[in-house]
Amino acid sequence: MEKARPLWANSLQFVFACISYAVGLGNVWRFPYLCQMYGGGSFLVPYIIMLFVEGMPLLYLELAVGQRMRQGSIGAWRTISPYLSGVGLASVVASFFLATYYNIINAWAFWYLFHSFQDPLPWSVCPLNHNRTGYDEECEKASSTQYFWYRKTLNISPSIQDSGRVQWEPALCLVLAWLVVYLCILRGTESTGKVVYFTASLPYCVLLIYLVRGLTLHGATNGLSYMFTPKLEQLANPKAWINAATQIFFSLGLGFGSLIAFASYNQPSNNCQKHAIIVSLINSSTSIFASIVTFSIYGFKATFNYESCLDKVILLLTNSFDLEDGFLTPSNLEQVKSYLASAFPSKYSEVLPQIKNCSLQSELATAVQGTGLSFIVYTEAIKNMEVSQLWSVLYFLMLLMLGIGSMLGNTAAILTPLTDSKVISRHLPKEAISGLVCLVNCVIGLVFTMEAGNYWFDIFNDYAATLSLLLIVLVETIAVCYVYGLRRFESDLKAMTGRTLNWYWKVIWAGVSPLLIISLFVFYLTDYILTGTLKYQAWDASQGQLVTKDYPPYALAVIGLLVASSTMCIPLVALGTFIMRCFKRKGDTPPVA
Amino acid sequence: MKQVWYEVSGGLMLKIRCENKEQVCARLLKVEEIPSMLRDAENAFKVRFSIRTALGDKAYVWDTNEEYLFKAMVAFSMRKVPNRETTEISHVLLCNVTQRVSFWFVVTDPSKNHTLPAVEIESAIRMNRNRINNAFFLNDQTLEFLKIPTTLAPPTDPPVPIWIIIFGVIFCIVIVAVVLLILSGIRQRRRKSKEPSEADDTEDKCENTITIENGIPCDPLDTKGGHINDAFMTEDERLTPL
Repeated sequence: MEKARPLWANSLQFVFACISYAVGLGNVWRFPYLCQMYGGGSFLVPYIIMLFVEGMPLLYLELAVGQRMRQGSIGAWRTISPYLSGVGLASVVASFFLATYYNIINAWAFWYLFHSFQDPLPWSVCPLNHNRTGYDEECEKASSTQYFWYRKTLNISPSIQDSGRVQWEPALCLVLAWLVVYLCILRGTESTGKVVYFTASLPYCVLLIYLVRGLTLHGATNGLSYMFTPKLEQLANPKAWINAATQIFFSLGLGFGSLIAFASYNQPSNNCQKHAIIVSLINSSTSIFASIVTFSIYGFKATFNYESCLDKVILLLTNSFDLEDGFLTPSNLEQVKSYLASAFPSKYSEVLPQIKNCSLQSELATAVQGTGLSFIVYTEAIKNMEVSQLWSVLYFLMLLMLGIGSMLGNTAAILTPLTDSKVISRHLPKEAISGLVCLVNCVIGLVFTMEAGNYWFDIFNDYAATLSLLLIVLVETIAVCYVYGLRRFESDLKAMTGRTLNWYWKVIWAGVSPLLIISLFVFYLTDYILTGTLKYQAWDASQGQLVTKDYPPYALAVIGLLVASSTMCIPLVALGTFIMRCFKRKGDTPPVA
Repeated sequence: MKQVWYEVSGGLMLKIRCENKEQVCARLLKVEEIPSMLRDAENAFKVRFSIRTALGDKAYVWDTNEEYLFKAMVAFSMRKVPNRETTEISHVLLCNVTQRVSFWFVVTDPSKNHTLPAVEIESAIRMNRNRINNAFFLNDQTLEFLKIPTTLAPPTDPPVPIWIIIFGVIFCIVIVAVVLLILSGIRQRRRKSKEPSEADDTEDKCENTITIENGIPCDPLDTKGGHINDAFMTEDERLTPL
């Protein structure tokens, strides 16, 4: 008697699991950056078009495949065609890489969360130097938040060649992060189904609280108006469209096999079309919602910095010219400056080099994405709010929930094929397989806690899953439409769910999506080839800022290995299956009478 | 001639100002006085008040009474230094008070007719900085002594960093939860592996009592749940196949 496949307790758990997986850190730290770079409000136009043309159909495709095949990615693609089980394997490899480097973000979130219970917040003040006469030099040159991130959290080395030692503090946090993930996936869908109620809903609560707080901050409207004023000329920029397509693609987490894994635990009669539409709409609206919050915070931070800059200029002028205290205000600053320039020209020219040109626009225009946004810019804004400990705790809890929700999907993508495989599940119980996977990932993840760890993190973040995913999803779409047959798939879905497939999905799956993915793929390749040598940003402690450096040859080799190991699975496994079948056929033909 | 204040600007050119600001008193200096003047210039400190920045609407006006208070505070600080207990308010000289509210001051020693060394004044002010600040409702940033660096507060380092305590608590909770889940999983599996073997025993007992008639087991009291009565023929068998 075969053991029944575990199922979600109700379809709400499935939807929450998908939302929890799709809504991740990218919604919070990548979308606002793209919005700012590619024309503010007008970026929404390519974004929404790509959502309907690319995001929703591909999401529906993956959910339908998972629900129909009722197996993890490897088994599902093997059912479609034995030559294509390489697609499943490529997905597992890509998920493995993602799981390895993604959890370090959760470790950093834990680190900041634990440090939020101090007064004052440790990233709001610079530490003193050795003889207690002033502040630490690196901290003076950079800012206190940058210092806390680069020195106290990462203890970053000047370049990727100086690996340094494993830092025990982030390593402890990484172990904790993996233990938490293990706790959530331990019992399979039974435990995951309950955890996703929290990981899906808590970020929205926090975002709502932050929205109210953000909109009431001084200067928030500056940020919002800066972001939402559409710069319509960006619509003609092809990069805006390409980035919109890429963002939708990666934000939904297509191609990793997680969605197939989640859908395989569904009842066959589940209406996955409705769920696909719901999940993709919620994912995109969360991105827009998060960018409203982010931009009100940006506006607050920019206004704060602008006003501090003005105050410094006022103080400088007041002290140099012995003007009455309080006489100079931001409103009369320009007038007084011109008066002083004409009345005391020699003295004014002495002071002039030190007077900074304060500009609100340039403060707002500092566009940041990624870990820099979350751990430097946001913490800088938080330290200036009242009751900053509370805001800090809320914010890092939200980051944790987002990160762990995505990790649940990643580990499901790795574990479902392993537990489906009869060879492995006969010898080891589910808990042991999960434990082994978590342990292996944790040990490899210790690389990212070394002093050069953040540089390796950037390598994994930029190259481990980008090109390979595009290829995987392209092969998936072509496999379902042309190898398995779109008509056959359509009748399968009808038999399964009782609903006919809309013509819109058929047109997109068969025609539009493959073309779109091919063009994205070509764009990425040409971009890599044209840039020549790959460069990275290294932190220079003596200057207190980032500098650009070239990757050493062994780092380039690792990049090549990362990309190749998942993409090569597809042709290699196809070739291997073909060869094995040839041998079998040669072995079969002679005995036939 | 009253208290004279002088500042040295480059080379041997001396600008001489009197206590009333902006008035240049011309005074012929004897050559012997120059070295002492140079020495006294080093012992002067510039002070800067930013009252409106600190207090806003509650700012007080800077007048001669406030200057008197300042001289009193400096004299008080000097009195705390051993050997200087006889410093009087009149020994503290202010000069060049600007609109900014900034001025220079020296502390003189009338018995020896020179100004006290800068090192002594600096240490005295540093020791009593807090009292001086509080007298004027200001802090180290709004009441600046330009050559005297502020003593920065040492960082408060608790013996065990707070983050390790919170980390330890959460770590223990997670480990306990993991162990509990694993144990309950093992217990569930053991219970499941016992049940099928018990069910097998009851089935063996049943098999001995089932009688068979016409190929159909005749068991009106169905021990397996009692929904299907096998005594009746099933629909398919009644209709003879074509």
